[in-house]
Amino acid sequence: MIGRLFSARLTWVALAILVIGATLPLYVTGYILGILTLAYYFGVFAMAWDLLFGFAGEVNFGPTFLVGLGAYTAGIINANWGWPMAACVLAGALMAVGGGVLLALPALKLKGPYFGLVTLVAVLLLQNFIVIFAGITGGEIGLTVPDVLFIDDAANYEFALGFMALSGAILFGLSRSPIGLILQASGQDAVETAALGFNVAKHKLAAFCVSAFFSGTAGALMIFYLGTASVGTVVDIAVGVQVIIAAVLGGRRTILGAAVGAIFLILAGEALRPLGELSTFVVSAVALAVILFFPNGFIGSLLRVGERS
Amino acid sequence: MSAPLLEVSGLTKRFGGLVAVKGIGLEIRPGEILGLIGPNGSGKSTVMKLIMGIERPNAGMVKVEGVDVAGWPSHRIARQGVGIVFQHSRPLHRQTVLENIKLALLPDSLIRLFADPEVESKAIAIAERVGLGAVLHRRPATLPFADLRRMELAKAVARDPKIVLVDEPFAGLTSGEVHDFSNLIRSFREEGRAVLLVDHNVKSVSALVDRVKAMYLGEHIAEGTAEEVMRDETVRRVYLGGAITTAARPEASFKDAEPLLKVEDVGVLYGKAQALEKVSIHVHEGEFVSVVGLNGAGKTTLFNAISGLVPYSGTIGWGGTALAGRTPAAIARDGIVQCPETRELFGDMSVRENLDLGGQHLSKAERLERTEWLFELFPIIKARQPQAAKTLSGGEQQMLAIARALMMKPRLLILDEPTLGLAPVILEQLSKALEKLRQTTSITVLLGEQNVTFALPHADRVYVLEHARIIWEGDPGRFAKEAGAGLL
Repeated sequence: MIGRLFSARLTWVALAILVIGATLPLYVTGYILGILTLAYYFGVFAMAWDLLFGFAGEVNFGPTFLVGLGAYTAGIINANWGWPMAACVLAGALMAVGGGVLLALPALKLKGPYFGLVTLVAVLLLQNFIVIFAGITGGEIGLTVPDVLFIDDAANYEFALGFMALSGAILFGLSRSPIGLILQASGQDAVETAALGFNVAKHKLAAFCVSAFFSGTAGALMIFYLGTASVGTVVDIAVGVQVIIAAVLGGRRTILGAAVGAIFLILAGEALRPLGELSTFVVSAVALAVILFFPNGFIGSLLRVGERS
Repeated sequence: MSAPLLEVSGLTKRFGGLVAVKGIGLEIRPGEILGLIGPNGSGKSTVMKLIMGIERPNAGMVKVEGVDVAGWPSHRIARQGVGIVFQHSRPLHRQTVLENIKLALLPDSLIRLFADPEVESKAIAIAERVGLGAVLHRRPATLPFADLRRMELAKAVARDPKIVLVDEPFAGLTSGEVHDFSNLIRSFREEGRAVLLVDHNVKSVSALVDRVKAMYLGEHIAEGTAEEVMRDETVRRVYLGGAITTAARPEASFKDAEPLLKVEDVGVLYGKAQALEKVSIHVHEGEFVSVVGLNGAGKTTLFNAISGLVPYSGTIGWGGTALAGRTPAAIARDGIVQCPETRELFGDMSVRENLDLGGQHLSKAERLERTEWLFELFPIIKARQPQAAKTLSGGEQQMLAIARALMMKPRLLILDEPTLGLAPVILEQLSKALEKLRQTTSITVLLGEQNVTFALPHADRVYVLEHARIIWEGDPGRFAKEAGAGLL
């Protein structure tokens, strides 16, 4: 009961923050809006990752494999065949889901670190593929996409915010539904969950597909916002590590925390830009401190307090 | 008589070269409780896992109401009407007890985003039935041990299984709790379910079961009522050993006034379960002492307390000084060397490397001399020197583990269940090596065993550990007469 009341309160808090967020274009500069727009897409990457790690218990070290598949599929189709944007995004999302199924196959066979290695290798393969087939992918220089979402900063910002809110609502709702409960049980004790009559493989596969769908869609939308797709922004392992740090920072198994962590990480990186090279170091140090001293993350720690009351 | 609900025949499971279950068959009718018993490593838990589909059988049939489910995945077997109560499980820690029970009531569906409203009331009814009514909204971490077991029971009942498998139903429970659980299990009988209780010995389940089936080393050895099985010659031999010739030296023959090892009133808690309670034992210099007890009685915990691996209350004295506060490494350097039940060999390293590692602190000449002596004690180890340790057979691995421990020149060698999972012929080799060790050296040994045949012949003195307490102490000659019944 307490949990339900709290989650209801959480919904109100989230709504209030969203409303405030939606009014931001009225009083901040286009530059800040641009950063926040990126942060929101990033937030979706992190939430999708949390569904896999926090709930299904699968450690995916390569979130950018799914993101990159979505982004590059959409970008290549748009640049080479000129499909309309919506079709490109959908194709990207479906391609990512295909990639998710591909990742799920070893995940259901391998355990722990071995699956983690497979996900890392998947990212490297994708990266190599992009570099080798530079003719259609743009290679190391990057791929310029003809279409863009909106010209106006504020429109781009509101769209990204809306997309993050919608994704967050769906992923959060899913995590609190009976399916979320079964997924959590599968992640914690697969043998017992199966003995209770649940098809663990089916539920985990579904988690991979959902996670991949949101990662791929967010990836595709992000390149239509940026106007270019490059390995450095949507595929590189370093980007994946940032996604993971964001999710853990915000709080594992909270979904919403992942978005909070992502926004914090991007904003902090930006705020510390005057420090130059040092900024990455400072942000990493803060992330490390949070992970060491508050392993439940921002939202996780808040929820803990709520649970105890 | 009604047709059996569960019918198992010719069930066989191999793990690599080890045949864990050999052609086991059993039948349980509606409203019947069958006890499946056997010592550690007998394959009884594997039988349970094979029925549930957690392991896939290599051969044999598992019929649930006439449908052969052998080799099916667990979730399909569960839906066919089989439920299991695990001994250990990992509940959902962030959810309440009620939500944990509700989990078991959910459909296996990806499109049902909202649970049926009656799930809640059903879950509450089940919780009340198993006695969790007062703690519905608590989180599992805050529950006492018995309530966690109740929750597992509730989850199994929630799916309304026709066949209920229960792994060690009473492990870690107090006598009052045992009474409650027995009543719950009896209520399954009244509801016409078929129940399989898996446990170590007849005694713990005798009040509850209609029939008992005993296993040893993967094979069926006896079946009948609890009394019949307890009287069975083979069962008695497996649990108590046959005619044993003992060679005990009287305790007075050990000249040290103060025993080398003195464990006094030691207690250990694992979370909420009492693993040791006021245990006192002592070992003289040069003495060979056996601690006999079933799996889960607390033998390993006692040895881990002595080795400084688990926190404990009470005192452990070593050569007159207390060991409390010393690190496991310091205790080992001081001469207490434990050879754990799990053997802990370095599997990818060669046999010789494993031995050399044990003798790291010795000078080269001393190490070579020691190695030669060990090769004499365990000739098979000499032949296996260049092989990777993990490629050895179980018996050879055990010998290597003991040899490695002996390389450290222990003053007290602790052997924790060296016979675990070994075939009788290997036991004999191991037994001979121990006898030689006892006769040719003045080493002090503390042996933990559930295999009495192995533990008694070498022992000077025997302790019996049961449910975390020492319940008997004496010389091995009197053991079978005075303490044997408790182990059956």
